[in-house]
Amino acid sequence: MDAFGPLGWLLLIAGFVAGAAAAGWLFRAGLVLVTRGELRRSLRGAPLTASFGMLVILIYLFVAVFAPLLAPYGERAVVGAQFLPWSEAHWLGTDNLGRDMASRMIYGARNTVGIALATTLLAFLLGTALGLLAAILGGWIDQGMSRIVDVFMAIPSLIFALLLLTIFGTSIVTLILVIAVIDATRVYRIARSVAQGIVVMDFIEAARLRGEGMVRLVFREILPNAMAPLVAEFGLRFCFVFLAISALSFLGLGIQPPTADWGSMVRENATLITFGDITPLLPAGAIALLTVAINFVVDWQLYRASGLKD
Amino acid sequence: MAKPVLLEMRDVRIEGRSGDDAWLPIINGVDLTLHRGEVLGLIGESGAGKSTLGLAAMGFVRDGCRIAGGAITFDGIDLVRASEATRRGLRGKRIAYVAQSAAASFNPAHRLMEQYVEAPVVHGVMRRAQAEHDAVELYRRMQLPNPGEIGFRYPHQVSGGQLQRAMTAMAMACRPDLIVFDEPTTALDVTTQIEVLAAIRDIVAQFDTAAIYITHDLAVVAQMADRIKVLLRGDEVEEADTRMMLAHPKQDYTRTLWAVRSLERPERPPVEGTPVLSVAGVSASYGSVEVLSDVRFDIPPSRTVAVVGESGSGKSTVARVITGLLPPTAGEVRLEGQALPPDYRRRSRDELRRVQMIYQMADTALNPKLPLREQIGRPAQMYLGLRGRALRERVRELLRMIEMEPDVYIDRLPGELSGGQKQRVGIARALAAEPTVVICDEVTSALDQIVQEGILKLLDRLQGELGLAYMFITHDLATVRAIADEVVVMRQGRVVERGPKRQVFAPPHHPYTELLLSSVPEMDPDWLTGVLARRVTAPG
Repeated sequence: MDAFGPLGWLLLIAGFVAGAAAAGWLFRAGLVLVTRGELRRSLRGAPLTASFGMLVILIYLFVAVFAPLLAPYGERAVVGAQFLPWSEAHWLGTDNLGRDMASRMIYGARNTVGIALATTLLAFLLGTALGLLAAILGGWIDQGMSRIVDVFMAIPSLIFALLLLTIFGTSIVTLILVIAVIDATRVYRIARSVAQGIVVMDFIEAARLRGEGMVRLVFREILPNAMAPLVAEFGLRFCFVFLAISALSFLGLGIQPPTADWGSMVRENATLITFGDITPLLPAGAIALLTVAINFVVDWQLYRASGLKD
Repeated sequence: MAKPVLLEMRDVRIEGRSGDDAWLPIINGVDLTLHRGEVLGLIGESGAGKSTLGLAAMGFVRDGCRIAGGAITFDGIDLVRASEATRRGLRGKRIAYVAQSAAASFNPAHRLMEQYVEAPVVHGVMRRAQAEHDAVELYRRMQLPNPGEIGFRYPHQVSGGQLQRAMTAMAMACRPDLIVFDEPTTALDVTTQIEVLAAIRDIVAQFDTAAIYITHDLAVVAQMADRIKVLLRGDEVEEADTRMMLAHPKQDYTRTLWAVRSLERPERPPVEGTPVLSVAGVSASYGSVEVLSDVRFDIPPSRTVAVVGESGSGKSTVARVITGLLPPTAGEVRLEGQALPPDYRRRSRDELRRVQMIYQMADTALNPKLPLREQIGRPAQMYLGLRGRALRERVRELLRMIEMEPDVYIDRLPGELSGGQKQRVGIARALAAEPTVVICDEVTSALDQIVQEGILKLLDRLQGELGLAYMFITHDLATVRAIADEVVVMRQGRVVERGPKRQVFAPPHHPYTELLLSSVPEMDPDWLTGVLARRVTAPG
């Protein structure tokens, strides 16, 4: 590492960007080959950033799903001395308890991404349902729910989450529930404002005058028209949830050891940083890369949904 | 004409990029010559390329379009080859543009005056104080009320007709040689339109400005233009002096444009028996503001009652009361003799079924994410319990009724239809419920004349076949002449006159009806001059 001058770092970064662009381009070319119709047309128009993002997300999903097959060692197995350096047997060395770092990274993808996905889905289910309901019903129901949400949003989310986790204890289920409820308040705001723009349209009036019930109004008339902003929000929200879980794990209230999780892995191995070893930063890098990748794809979707280009 | 040529277009071809990257022609080689101080009318139906050609006169094309060939010369400057900086220097200074919707074109965050002075100051024509002084003078000439003060209002504090005039004044700020008017009065109602037309015509004549006047309304262009050019799908059909063109159109297409105006259905005899719908002494208010007071009229079976009035007269509010969206404060609505519950949520499914509505903006009236199959099929499924094969057959039958081929259209989304087709789908959706009364709220005002004619004929035919009663809300008296049996004239939430069409349209009129009738543009090029002269001599 010491041999790297500023120029060397610059070259490394340039090489990484070029590699990412090339990977994105190849991935897009491949996708265009295997798809057809509407999907193919929109993929062909995807910018390189978006195709790179999709590639990264796919790799993460692949790793998460096939973690036991890919990892050379078990998630919790102590396989050697503490803090072993990178070697043939242990690609990324071992951690503070002598567990294989590379294996834990791979399992961490499964735990961190899986929990984040479950949390985001739950937050969306809750937030969208209540938000649409508020927009359709209006009046005091809307006012009541919105003010409660305002109160929740007034409390800094990380501190609120810490508070709730201290009260209810730290299991994975409570973790998911707590973060989902906190994030559902944000989703509620978006779903409500998007739906408010839709419920004033003539076709909703027509549906109401036709005597349509609430279910039909929500699922056939409003939701299809609110999908674009909600999908974009889903991507962003997923990142926030992901970061929140990692932050909580880093603080010791998130995913509990010995379960492998990128946030807690940074904390467990933080001592190594003082010795100039970048290994503890790798989980952080994995989080950063996924966050950036998702945002690339979300930006593309937002651009498409805003009607700037078809 | 002795005046020198100001704008010359030779074989101009403009193309637009389609979804799959192919370039499709929008304008296929049109020539245009405009002399100084001359007004040229561009007419044609939607999609004819009028606006594209008008913008090209400024050396401008919309995003995704390009000038594929030809020459555009403005006062010796080649606009196709000139640098963007040169063109920008001309725009606002020597060539100005007045858009269709002034409300959408003004920046709502700034006062009118700040927007007015921008062009003269940026182009260095005059200093700010001088420009402001000049603005007041122009506002006065455009006959805006309180010319000294109106510039300090925000766009939302000014009415639509006044905004349109303020925009014309703004276009005049640098005393341009050429102004492009893109449908400046289409969004206004007749009584306002006439004021804007008169103001535009005066100011263009006073400053000897050349103008390109784009519209789909022949009667309007007849008042404004010295010459008329007819466009059809990017091709020129013909061009002639206004009087010549009106008296002796050469091409068949031009004659069909003329023919629309003559659509008029004779009034049918009144029918006996209970009216299908009675509005009985209805008053209604938004909050504490009363918007309807003691409105009463009947709709006889199988007849059309037109409710006319300018914007704000309460005609759409009547529809909201009838459909139950706005419960009245007094009076009631009776459907075939039975009082309807005031709130739509308390009406039975059958009561909802029998009163159907067709909306003005077909774009927002159809759910953009539902295919026509579901769009049209849903009322039939809900009210008549049709399922599966029977439902599919019914949808196909309805599509045939509105003259759209079922195999082609049944799975399309609204976004894949033209404006007129969307309106037809709106009609089919109303028919699917098998209603007794259909409320048509300005159903043709967003459409151009040829499409309008198609929709009106369709509604008329369906009325004959199905025995429907229509309540036809409109501000367009030509539409009323075409389709109505009875007319209700509304103003400020009250019915000022009602009766059979012949009686309402024949003198003696109520003064307001008189004003409405006299404001409808006629094809006679001297009409505007005549009306204005009469109004000055006999102030109403």
